[in-house]
Amino acid sequence: MAEASSAQRLQLVDDWAADVAVFRGVPWGKAMMWIFLLSDTFIFTSFLTGYMTVRMTTAEPWPNPSEVFALEAFGVPVPLLLIAIMTFILISSSGTMAMAVNMGYRRKRKAAALLMLVTAVFGASFVGMQAFEWTKLIVDEGVRPWGNPMGAAQFGSSFFMITGFHGLHVSAGVVYLIIVAYRVWRGRYEEKGYDIVEITGLYWHFVDLVWVFIFAFFYLW
Amino acid sequence: MAETGQQHPISIYFWIWGLLFVFSAASYMVDYAGFQGYLRWSLIIIFMMFKAGFIVAIFMHMRWERVALITAILLPPGALLVLVSLMAWESDYTWLTRINYLGGEVAPQPLPPPSH
Repeated sequence: MAEASSAQRLQLVDDWAADVAVFRGVPWGKAMMWIFLLSDTFIFTSFLTGYMTVRMTTAEPWPNPSEVFALEAFGVPVPLLLIAIMTFILISSSGTMAMAVNMGYRRKRKAAALLMLVTAVFGASFVGMQAFEWTKLIVDEGVRPWGNPMGAAQFGSSFFMITGFHGLHVSAGVVYLIIVAYRVWRGRYEEKGYDIVEITGLYWHFVDLVWVFIFAFFYLW
Repeated sequence: MAETGQQHPISIYFWIWGLLFVFSAASYMVDYAGFQGYLRWSLIIIFMMFKAGFIVAIFMHMRWERVALITAILLPPGALLVLVSLMAWESDYTWLTRINYLGGEVAPQPLPPPSH
């Protein structure tokens, strides 16, 4: 174990010091996607930190998300029902995306394209449910970015900003998936190889990853 | 080119998929069961970290990447932890000041008399 980690340290130093491309064996598109995702991590964390700050400093009571996002099922209110369904849908879309990456590298391009389309359908249904949730919140509960009947005004502003920015990422991901799936289906990457499916997958998994944090910090906290 | 990519047995993805379902269900149950206080917060954070770890390590293949890429991507977010701690640390007195001057959850406290 100690030997392996010292070999890894040597490799790390060598990779950075060799005066050639640092991320050896990593396609440039993949390295760029990772760096983009790193910058996106900073944006989302800044939003979540802003939310944490306003929630910790507000002198008014914070609306209880468990009640605000409850949904009636068979006549009884179930807390966070829609949010739980959305969470499972997004995880499943991550699963089908991982399968698509695998199929791409096995050169089963039609299976890869179909799995990407399934992922896109999951993503689109997620955005649809989010639209439903927003409508319910705005029309029925009277939540606005500047105030709401339940308590602290910052609830609406953080909610719309964070979930809106995330929903925008999901929507962009759906478009991105459909474009790449179409090209994969047409056989555009037969010569170049199927790194593109993995790169698209990185973006999609990241969208799922962000939802993990939003689910924990906004809905469950 | 294709041979350089991330190829792993498909069963591992099914495993992680299932585990993500289990951890999501578990964190949902935290809310459903109505746990409160430190128990609630620690369970939420633990389940969240497991889910995030599985997604990054397996679905995004980070555990099979070279150390140079792993460190370049996973170390910078450490700066974010500093930001979060600073803001959390500051929040305390902002809240107290607001309670003092604007009122709110507790009755406003009178200011101490001037010392001069």
